[in-house]
Amino acid sequence: MSELSDLLGPTVTRLFGDLVTKELIEASEKGTWPDTLWRALEEGGLTLPLVPEAAGGAGGAWADAHVVVRAAGKHAAPVPLAETIVGGWLLAQAGLEVPLGPLTLAPVREGERLTLARAGTQWRLSGTATGVPWGAAAGHLVAVAESDGGAMVALVARGAGRVTPDRNLALEPRDTLAFDGAAVAGAAPAGSRVSAETLTVYGAMVRAAQMAGALESLLEQSVRYATERKQFGRPIGAFQAIQHNLAVLAGHVAAAGIAAEHAFRAADRGDPTFEVAAAKVRAGEAAGLGAGIAHQAHGAIGFTYEHSLHFSTRRLWSWRAEFGSESRWAMRLGRRVAAAGADRLWTELTAR
Amino acid sequence: MSVFHFELRSLPPEAEAFRDEVRAFLREALGDRPSVRRARSWGGFDPGFSRAMGARGFIGLTWPKRYGGQERSFLERYVLLEELLAAGAPAGAHWVAERQSGPLLLRFGTEAQRERFLPAIARGELSFAIGMSEPDSGSDLASIRTRAVRTDGGYVVNGTKVWTSNAHRSQYAIALFRTAVVPDKKHEGLSQFLVDLKSPGIAIRPIINLAGSHDFNEVVFQDAFVPEDMRVGAEGDGWKQVTTELAYERSGPERYLSSIALVLELIRAAGASPDQRAAEVVGRLVAHLATLRQMSLSVAGMLQAGQNPNLEAAVVKDVGTTFEQSIPEIVHALLDLEPTIDSGSDLQQTLGYLVQRAPSFSLRGGTREVLRGIIARGLGLR
Repeated sequence: MSELSDLLGPTVTRLFGDLVTKELIEASEKGTWPDTLWRALEEGGLTLPLVPEAAGGAGGAWADAHVVVRAAGKHAAPVPLAETIVGGWLLAQAGLEVPLGPLTLAPVREGERLTLARAGTQWRLSGTATGVPWGAAAGHLVAVAESDGGAMVALVARGAGRVTPDRNLALEPRDTLAFDGAAVAGAAPAGSRVSAETLTVYGAMVRAAQMAGALESLLEQSVRYATERKQFGRPIGAFQAIQHNLAVLAGHVAAAGIAAEHAFRAADRGDPTFEVAAAKVRAGEAAGLGAGIAHQAHGAIGFTYEHSLHFSTRRLWSWRAEFGSESRWAMRLGRRVAAAGADRLWTELTAR
Repeated sequence: MSVFHFELRSLPPEAEAFRDEVRAFLREALGDRPSVRRARSWGGFDPGFSRAMGARGFIGLTWPKRYGGQERSFLERYVLLEELLAAGAPAGAHWVAERQSGPLLLRFGTEAQRERFLPAIARGELSFAIGMSEPDSGSDLASIRTRAVRTDGGYVVNGTKVWTSNAHRSQYAIALFRTAVVPDKKHEGLSQFLVDLKSPGIAIRPIINLAGSHDFNEVVFQDAFVPEDMRVGAEGDGWKQVTTELAYERSGPERYLSSIALVLELIRAAGASPDQRAAEVVGRLVAHLATLRQMSLSVAGMLQAGQNPNLEAAVVKDVGTTFEQSIPEIVHALLDLEPTIDSGSDLQQTLGYLVQRAPSFSLRGGTREVLRGIIARGLGLR
């Protein structure tokens, strides 16, 4: 980890710990944009870790971004921080200006396409993107779109498309944006290393880290509850069944955590697709099993809106299915490994 | 709550260079060994292979040179071990000695014991068995009853050890005996001993496993004499020492690679263009393998840094053995295939071998239930 990473951990923990309260999350579920939180993140230099300093960013690496994204997941921060980090990186890669404010990404769902067509000196965006995180609220959209000349990255201002609001299970905005020859604020060729596929890979990567963070929160909450809640004259954590379930949860937390970190390290070294696939599968599995264990440990109270557990579990149920579920990523990884042949597998695993 | 921490590790360049050396050795030593034999992994007992390993300096890699070691790093040792396991090398004749018996002597043995045993272990000439479990003492190890009573020049031992793998073909065992009965304090009064398995008064009886293989034994001590200078460490220090020995036993990469041969056979059977279901199954297995490797490597890194990753090792062993056991079930669920003993395809035979042995993965070296108790303690629940 870099010096920046070492500083980032405590910084983000303190910031999220102070600002992301139950009230803030509940308000955001009702549609309130958490302005104070976003400003604090921006002022703290936490929103653009992959953008060079000269372009207004922190000039860091994916390893640094990992710390921030995981903490955001752990604290259920109701802002498109992960999306802004990926969007800022894409814009910087394409040589486009990186604006301040929250960014989002499109297209995010399998099979959807956006296109760019030249109209005089302008580029115009067309197509529909569904499930766009904070599609309506984000200041700008970073779109990867196809043109006659190949893949391009476009910067699109808020309001350029027609919005149909929608939400995921955690009531995080996942809006439909429909563009019909909309003018864009900037556009550039994506370059040889970026395609629409890139959004899927890096989107999955950040979701894996967010899930790892949320799983950490599940474990902390569950251990705390098992220590405090008393039945039959003792803390419920004294019962072997509960101890063993939480031990299993701890295993999933550890696995998801290291898998996500591994993927971010791969992103710093080159093409992370293999590691992202493994991380999305492993963290996604951990998400479902972990949520089940945590709810079981919390009993009925954990099933209420009033208790905070659901802020983490609803996110896990949503995030594991965004940017490709375990089944899609497992199939991709399996096809790749099968095509290379069994004799190559060990070499692949030890090269990473 | 004590939060365990798995730090992502990178292997240094010298460890990767060493990997190439190890692979070259294994290609030569194992050649075209069929998959079915590789499935036995470190359960394969091959003194010739162990001697070849010893001749290359591959046993006791981290030990001081004066005891026959190479003074290489824990990470280089990790590379060696994972290559052996991935190749299904028959490392059984020296595995226990290298993994825990030798390190125990390094840590708690006398200079004379180290000089007498470590070089021979490093040469691949000695096999060691583990004398811990008894018929009435499995998970509750501190309840052991085999007694070592002081006599002229040493101890007289009476009692029975069980599940003693390879006692029938090992020269020595390191055994835990009770040297004193301390009421209400069963962890006190225990001591460890180096036992010459050829001594009079020691009867070794085979225990055949459900698959018909002879690995386990019952070792009966009837007035067996163990000399004073074969006690390891101080009298009464047995519990502390055996806890350290168990940490050595639990911390290696063999805790997730036991079924790798079956994963490889499955991929071969799936072919270069598998259908969706098969591809998903393979991908899922690879995702788990990749993750477990990083977890296991992280533990190796902690050992390298001189830490005591008991909690992390327990987590990796629990997650790893759960994964290993699931593989025969996953293969069975995917394919309409009968497991076999020694007929049929490599896949069928490998499946037949591993499905029968899978129950032992979560029993050996500490049961799943004990490990989860350790993890729960680490979480602050007990």
